[in-house]
Amino acid sequence: MNDHHAKQMRTPLRQVRGLGSARSGTTHFWHQRVTSVALLSLTIAFVVIVVMLLGRNHAAAVQILGSPLVAILMLLFIFTTAYHMWLGMQEIIVDYVHDDALKLFTLISNTFFCAAVGLACTYAILKLSFGV
Amino acid sequence: MAEAKAPAERPLSPHLQIYRPMLTMMMSIVHRISGAALYFGMLLLAWWLISAAAGPNAYAKVEAFMGSIAGRLVLFGYTWALIHHMLGGIRHLIWDMGRGFGPQEREWLAAATLVGSVGLTIALWVIGYLLMGGPR
Repeated sequence: MNDHHAKQMRTPLRQVRGLGSARSGTTHFWHQRVTSVALLSLTIAFVVIVVMLLGRNHAAAVQILGSPLVAILMLLFIFTTAYHMWLGMQEIIVDYVHDDALKLFTLISNTFFCAAVGLACTYAILKLSFGV
Repeated sequence: MAEAKAPAERPLSPHLQIYRPMLTMMMSIVHRISGAALYFGMLLLAWWLISAAAGPNAYAKVEAFMGSIAGRLVLFGYTWALIHHMLGGIRHLIWDMGRGFGPQEREWLAAATLVGSVGLTIALWVIGYLLMGGPR
């Protein structure tokens, strides 16, 4: 390793600049922040929608959730949340899980869970909107 | 690799339990715990939306659970976790701007996160109950 480095003109800094150990630089951090900024307003919209649905029966809930504005806000909330929670849980896993096999398993489970929950919520909203 | 020696003994950073608990530290821990709770709480939202899409019979089960004492407690906890995580997120965004790191500022921000999340959650529930015409 040392001989290899000695023949190179590039400094070690050049090789890691903008990339880091994950080879993706600050992408994870940045996407976490962008989704969190988006979620500030989307969460308020989500809470308002939930309060609107409180104590309503099925027919009223279907009407509210299927109306375009509510459905679009819910879809935005679902997509952004699914990605935000995927990033967040990934961070928790790499912080605490040190066994390679378990880390691989939990990281993949995280992806499957977020994809499944996100898709299930999306499907339900689309079905309520299009009424098929 | 066969000749690799045991890694040199290096000084380790002290673990969490050696520090005196402080408000900023507790708020940092709660931010992570509330995030993890909300992660699994999304199952609740999925159940609720799928039931609404499935039909009146499935939705009746959701209504029965949300109306029960246990359901209300879960929902109240969910609301608090959501608000707390959101306010904690705002705190992090302020820090990302390079502000709010002073000794008084960070104590104030931590206290504001806690007081704000409890206050906003209670306010939301009062509004919710008023809209429904009182507790039922």
